[in-house]
Parts: sequence; structure tokens; C-alpha cells
Amino acid sequence: MAILQCENLSFGYDGETVLEGVNFSLNAGDYLCVVGENGSGKSTLIRGLLGLKAPEKGSIRFGDGLQSTEIGYLPQQTQIQRDFPASVREVVLSGCLNSLGRRLHYNADDRARAAMNMERMGIEDLADKSYQGLSGGQQQRVLLARALCATKKLLLLDEPVTGLDPIATGEMYNLIKLVNLCDDITVIMVSHDIHAAVRYATHILHLGHEQLFFGTSGAYKESSLARRFLGGGRL
Amino acid sequence: MNELIHMLSYHFMQRALLVGVLVSLCAALLGVSLVLKRYSMIGDGLSHVGFGALAIASALHLAPLAVAVPVVIVAAVLLLRLSENRRIKGDAAIAIISSSALAIGVISVSVTTGMNTEVSSYMFGSILSLSRSDTILSVILSLAVLLLFFAFYPRLFAVTFDESFARATGTRTELYNTLLAVLTAVTVVLGMRMMGALLISSLIIFPAMSAMRVCKSFRSVVITAAVVSVSCFLIGAVASYFLETPTGASIVAANLLAFLGFSLAGKKH
Repeated sequence: MAILQCENLSFGYDGETVLEGVNFSLNAGDYLCVVGENGSGKSTLIRGLLGLKAPEKGSIRFGDGLQSTEIGYLPQQTQIQRDFPASVREVVLSGCLNSLGRRLHYNADDRARAAMNMERMGIEDLADKSYQGLSGGQQQRVLLARALCATKKLLLLDEPVTGLDPIATGEMYNLIKLVNLCDDITVIMVSHDIHAAVRYATHILHLGHEQLFFGTSGAYKESSLARRFLGGGRL
Repeated sequence: MNELIHMLSYHFMQRALLVGVLVSLCAALLGVSLVLKRYSMIGDGLSHVGFGALAIASALHLAPLAVAVPVVIVAAVLLLRLSENRRIKGDAAIAIISSSALAIGVISVSVTTGMNTEVSSYMFGSILSLSRSDTILSVILSLAVLLLFFAFYPRLFAVTFDESFARATGTRTELYNTLLAVLTAVTVVLGMRMMGALLISSLIIFPAMSAMRVCKSFRSVVITAAVVSVSCFLIGAVASYFLETPTGASIVAANLLAFLGFSLAGKKH
């Protein structure tokens, strides 16, 4: 059963269409990489999926009882966060924000979920450490743990390896794949790293103001689009 | 010691200390979020608007707080909207609004009463300026600020740390930003009477900055800022009584010393 279905989606700002003709659907457990050049509409699509931007046309349907507020979102980091005084535990716990409902404060269940996700990301030893003192790779793992607190079904990752060194990048990709495989969590990742995209993802969505390609990674590798995007190199 | 007891026997001192402690607490708690969100200048801008409102209220012989609180709340919401507007730069918007309000205040003072002690106390603060009804209103409002801050603490943290994540999980970030602005507005107006329009923003910025030199978690920053703020207020207020220095300036001086101390301690870490 489809967990996400986009039909004939288009988005625009001030009447000017920036992305159109988006048609794809994902099943539970799929791993989708959204690729495309800067300004191709990737960020707009993300904002649309999160319910922060209404589409001009078309529809976004979630299956399996998922709400747009139950997506585990990992946004691009801002400079403010890099020097923000917060402990790892505080940051991860803030992922339980969408389960607060009418409650004002987090309860024991929320704290247990935060602890479990820290363990999953291998950062339980860092719980009381300062977020700003961590390495880039550790910070991204903290944000991934926070995203996992917010969802049981769908992760949406916006360029999660930007600025990481090659080792941390590899670890991050492996963690994401692990979550995808072991916990059957659907992953949507925006990425510049096309080589990693075809290696880890099951599906590729290539945007360039419109949908240029949607299909499995295998089919994408064979497409002329992928060859052009890679500058002629073989995968 | 006797002199301290003697000081505390004055009603105006009791009132000033009570309101001062509460306002210092409010300012410190909100200050942490404002400094981290890069909204520090909003406090400064609001104090100028507050001065304008108080000057007009005194020219028209109206109750100062009853006029200033709503005016500054409106200005706070406006400033927040403007700083989110991409066409006008946030800091420029604050400068425009605050200097205009100051100008209007100065004009209305000069055409009516002239520069009297009341107006000067709005500028530089005075520990004597709190009337009984002001005190009651100040206590109620600052308790409301504290209550709302604690009630929405997890949400305010989330909105301060990462607005896009908070928005994605369905948090109405605009609502909480507005709440922050309104609480700041109330705190600025209450603090202005004691600190003065020119010095109130330091009450918001200094404790948070001091705490951030040494603390590593949000909660410890909030608690430390609150303790620093209240201690510096008490030290400054008592010093100003004995040394006959202006209250607001003495409190800022105490905060400056605390900041330098915390900076040194932070460096050693």
C-alpha cells in the first residue's frame, strides 16, 4: 500500500510556477533520493510534503494513517544551531514535540523514546554533552535521532551529509540505510551526491523544474539522463 | 547591617525590590530566547517605543503603564512581522520604529511639560517611580509572563532551536514568536520604570550572554541567567541606595562585572 502518493503536483511563488508535473508514489520501506541541480525545485517539494507550502495543482496523499506533521524531518543546519547552548538530550527530546498534543510538557514516554533513539544512533554517551561541542557527524546523528522521535513511518532528510568528512558521510549513509531496512521506515532524501544516491536508494526522483525521472535506481543508472548528469561517467 | 534593615523598612524600597526581582527574572528568561534568535535589538527598539508612549501618557495625564503596555505590545508584534519581511531589513526596521517613537516622545515632552524629573526617570530609571497601583499591575503582569514562559517552555525551546523543524511537526511557530514578542513587550515596559528606556535592553541581553559563556545546556543557561539577573539586580539596587548612584546604571554595571567574570571563567574551561 502506498505511504505517499503525489499526483500531478505543481508549486509556484507569486503566480510563477517553479515545479510542475510531479507524479510518483512510494510504498512503505522505499528509499527515495531526490536529485537535481540547485533551484530545480527540490526544496519546494520538501516544503510541500511537510505541508508548509500548498500546491498550485495536484494532490499529496499519505497512506497508512500518516499525517504531514508525523514526518521525521531533518532540515539543513543553520549557523544559529551550530553555536546554540543545548544538550544532546534536549535536542533529541524536542523531536517529541508533535506528540505533545494538548500537553504542555514531555512525559516519561517521550523521554523513553528520546533515550531509545539516542541509543539507536549510538549517541547515548553524549546525552549530557553540549550540542555545539560535537563534531559535524555527531551533530547530524543527534538531528537524525530527533527526526526519529517525530516519526514511526517516514523520514525526510534535506542534504544530511553536507559539510561532513568522507568517514562521517559514510557512517551517516549507513545509519540511514539501517533505519530504512531494520525499522521499515520510508526515507526521502534530498542529495547532491548522485553516486551515493544510486548506491543506497531504491528509487530516484530527478527534478529540473519538472519531473525528469522517477523510477528505481537500477533503471535510473541506465537512463541517458543519469549519464548526462554525471558528466558522461559510468556508475 | 542595620542600614540594610533601615533601607528595607521603606515602602518604596520594598515595592522596588519586589517588582525588580520579578522583572529581572522575566527579562533573563526571555532574554535567552531573544539572544539566541538574534532578536536582541528588539528589546532596545521596544524601550524607545515605551519611552514615546510614557511621554505621551504623561503629557495627557493618563496612567503611564495602562497606556505603555498595549502600545508596546502592538509595536512588538509589528517589529516581529517586519523582521520576518524580506523586503525590509529587520535591524533597519527596528531603527526606524524606535527612533520615530523616541522623536515623538521628545516632541510631546517639549511642547507640554518640558524635561521634568518624571521624564528623566523614564530615560534613566528611578527606584522611586513605582506607585502602589503600578506595583500591583507589575506583579500581576510579571507573574503572567513567568507562568506563560514555563507553560510553553518545550515549545519555546523548539521554536528557538530550530524553527523549520518545529513548523514541520505542526507547531504554530508564528504563534510562539508572537507570544515571545508580547512577553518581551510587557517585560520591557515594566523594567523601564526602574532601568530607564536607555538601559532596559541590557537587563534582557546581559544575563543570557553571561550564562552562555559557561553553560552548555539550554536549561542550565535559563537557570543561570535567572540567578545572575536577580543577583545583579539586588546588588545594583542596594549599591545605588548606599552610593546614591542611579539605579538602572548600577544594575547594568553589576551585570557588566558578572559578564566579565563569566567570560573569564568560560575561557578557562
